[in-house]
Amino acid sequence: MPDNSNARSRILASIRMSLGGSSTPEAIAADYASIPRPYTRSSVADQGALLDLFIDRLLEYDAGFYRCNRGGIATLVADILTLRDKRRLAIPSGIPADWLPEGFEFAVADTWRNDQLDKIEGTLSACAVAIAETGTIVVQNVPGQGPRALSLVPDYFLCVVFAEQIVATVPEAFDRIEATSALPTTFISGPSATADIEMTRIKGVHGPRFLDVILVV
Amino acid sequence: MTEVHETHWNRRDFPEAARDLLQNSQTRKNVQNATGIIQAKRNNVVAELPDWQDLREAGAQIRAHTLRHLDHYLMQFEENCTRAGGHVHWASDAEDARRIILDLVRQQQAEEVVKIKTMTSEEIGLNAHLEAHGIQPIETDLAELIIQLGKDRPSHFVVPALHVNRAQIRELFQREMHLPDIGDRPEDLTDAARTYLREKYLRIKVAISGGNFLIADTGGMCIVESEGNGRMCLTLPDVLISIVGIEKVVPSYRDLEVFLQTLPRSATGERMNPYNSTWCGVHPGDGPKEFHVVLLDNGRSPILADKEARQTLQCIRCAACLNVCPVYHQTGGHAYESVYAGPIGAILTPQLNSMKEGRSLPYASSLCGACYEVCPVKINIPEVLIHLRGKVVQQDQATLAGKFSLWNIGMQAAAFLFADSSRLALAERIGQVGQKPLVSKNGFIEWMPLMLSGWTQTRDLRAMPAQSFRQWWATERASQPNGKQPNAG
Amino acid sequence: MRVSLFITCYNDALFPETGKAVVNVLERLGHRIEFRPEQTCCGQMHWNTGYLREAVPVIRHFVRVYQDVEAVVIPSSSCVSMMRDHYIKAAEMDGDAKLVADVEALLPRIYEFSEFLVRKLGVEDVGASYPHRVTYHASCHSVRSLHLGDIPIRLLRQVRDLDLQPIQNAQECCGFGGTFSIKNPDVSSAMLADKVRNVLNTGAEVCTAVDNSCLMHLYGSLHRQRTFVRTAHIAEILASGHVEEQGARA
Repeated sequence: MPDNSNARSRILASIRMSLGGSSTPEAIAADYASIPRPYTRSSVADQGALLDLFIDRLLEYDAGFYRCNRGGIATLVADILTLRDKRRLAIPSGIPADWLPEGFEFAVADTWRNDQLDKIEGTLSACAVAIAETGTIVVQNVPGQGPRALSLVPDYFLCVVFAEQIVATVPEAFDRIEATSALPTTFISGPSATADIEMTRIKGVHGPRFLDVILVV
Repeated sequence: MTEVHETHWNRRDFPEAARDLLQNSQTRKNVQNATGIIQAKRNNVVAELPDWQDLREAGAQIRAHTLRHLDHYLMQFEENCTRAGGHVHWASDAEDARRIILDLVRQQQAEEVVKIKTMTSEEIGLNAHLEAHGIQPIETDLAELIIQLGKDRPSHFVVPALHVNRAQIRELFQREMHLPDIGDRPEDLTDAARTYLREKYLRIKVAISGGNFLIADTGGMCIVESEGNGRMCLTLPDVLISIVGIEKVVPSYRDLEVFLQTLPRSATGERMNPYNSTWCGVHPGDGPKEFHVVLLDNGRSPILADKEARQTLQCIRCAACLNVCPVYHQTGGHAYESVYAGPIGAILTPQLNSMKEGRSLPYASSLCGACYEVCPVKINIPEVLIHLRGKVVQQDQATLAGKFSLWNIGMQAAAFLFADSSRLALAERIGQVGQKPLVSKNGFIEWMPLMLSGWTQTRDLRAMPAQSFRQWWATERASQPNGKQPNAG
Repeated sequence: MRVSLFITCYNDALFPETGKAVVNVLERLGHRIEFRPEQTCCGQMHWNTGYLREAVPVIRHFVRVYQDVEAVVIPSSSCVSMMRDHYIKAAEMDGDAKLVADVEALLPRIYEFSEFLVRKLGVEDVGASYPHRVTYHASCHSVRSLHLGDIPIRLLRQVRDLDLQPIQNAQECCGFGGTFSIKNPDVSSAMLADKVRNVLNTGAEVCTAVDNSCLMHLYGSLHRQRTFVRTAHIAEILASGHVEEQGARA
């Protein structure tokens, strides 16, 4: 649009005039690299302490929390779904078959329409990384986690987190996902919440109201 | 068409607007309650981080660096976003932005759009513009929904309906959502909002959002939110249009590791808010098929030229300064008569308006410095306030009315006195005598004329003592040389 | 030590007893006090109100008066904050390189009164007694600009028979803010009302601070309401009821 490119030139010109010129990309990169970052990049907490912290945070958010070993995932999924009275979950493509127990239905929902997702009871998913300090689970559009609508539309989200996926700090999480930063990424820290009414925190406004985490150690 | 600048509303001066709002005890109570809660939470989660000051410093430097090279980073963002399948539009001002967005919505033949809370859309008066052209914008953020249904204005940019309480909200929902039996517990109110909005998310094809961060090296965007309405709007519709101020860009995805720590802790007092979403352009099979970013200038680029005030644009809209401001505590946000309230509003609004509007806002502060202390990107707001006061004074002095105003004459006279101690000593003596008619029997002044009456409306003033310190020193200590020995009595 | 007293323009005219108390305390500690009559004002009122250019000659005058001083002590944290936070900027704005250099040379020798006692002289007990219930208001400049921390509290704790009561929201602004109190009298009064309520809730007879500006504001309401709660600058408390047998400590 001719109007748009005029606005573009105008804005860029206005910026340059205000700044009194521009620097070279090399100079800018050097300036950027020279920004000191003394904040904590990683912690030295041991695995046990990390797990405990992560669990603490989940419980604070009222997320359901369960633990098993590698071979016990399917059994645990069955138990949880029974507890939650659910029979059929959506899954992204790429979920390992040995996570899925008999007696329940799991539908690969990558290409489902939104209204279809609205009708299913919940979603089972893996995660990309989890952050202990903040109780955060990060999911990306990769096999095993799938498109964003899966962790958004159904009212229940069941996520499998492996102990080695848990890092201590936010910068460490960014270490892990930097390579895939172009993918749609969602940081989930508890069920959705609002504090807009007299600052009373209410959970479950639009996103999934129920969140369960399986911790595989 | 003459531009009506939506950043500033009725254009009443702050003292006048504040006086009205101070009468509203319900609002004051709501504001003090809400800000007290957020502040307490914020202080707790900040105390947990031993590297908080390091994070603030890094955040400040990243933002300052970005502003120093804003053209470079905006172009880098545009290139990468476009390569990822997004469309980048540039809007010089509010009118530009409204036109671009309206065109995009019309291309979809949409009659309704869902919206995520964004002050930028308030800034450009988007909702009214869409409505005037037959398109219904539907706010999905609970607070913005409350504002919209109540035909109200936001008073805080993180908790926009902070000035209303649950009884007021219930009454509103009863009326506007046609729910006569709705309960008044917060759960009832949010349930009502969830049901009301869910069918809209699933049906409406176009969404409009703002953006917390534009990421230059990936061409991506980041949205920070709590309720899930953001994720709904940026995932489910076919078309997403995001209107974002040009100052919101950060150089690299990695920079989020700083801001995703400082923003949630500052804004809502949480270690991490429930949902953060990042994406680049469009992703087949995941999210909207079309993504448009409207980069908004609207008075921002000239602010870069002012080296003292440029830091204003470092703001990441956490509203921590509002929560801690003792002035905001008393008046709430509407007293600022602007989309941006509180300490940041006091410096941003006048500058966005090239110092033509909002000129009383830099004075809406006692310069206590609490805002600077909590700002996660270390904007020295008191310093900028004084700097802008300097601009207001210079503007005034350039007019006849300003040059001969009481304030200017008074200040010039005071400067004259302060330049020479004998003048000052004489003025003191005149004051000691001249005050006598104003001094009541108990030794206090209970009324003063002209602008000084502002003091005596609510406060007494002890009369000037008969002898000033310098007079005392000259008489009592004149007989001894400087440096008398201590006496025992 | 030879200590020069900068009384400040408003203390000079309105609170001379504070200056006398400062002289009293420092002389008891064995220091020689001088008072340079050429002094006027620190320039804060003009600077903070936006009369930046008008503040420069006032600043220049201050620097000239105290150029050769060994130490200058000021019973006002807001004035010291003006010097530390803004003098260099003001001199640079004026394009006066010599003034910048003079300011930089002078700044290390400028002290707020309570800071001088504790940080420079290392004294916390000045031998005072003050048998009253007292509460301490932490003025904004003392907290956020001078970072005095608990220095005034430590001084007050050493005063015999003083019953120190903590105040809620000690660090929230009292609403004075210089010309703010006149330009925005309604908001200023509202802020003051909250602060006064917190003072009254302590049950104290006396409210103290390191700044008479705040105290003048507080007393304006305390007196208007006929509460009979008084205010007193910390120097006046520290100058009270000296235990003579203790002798002066240098």
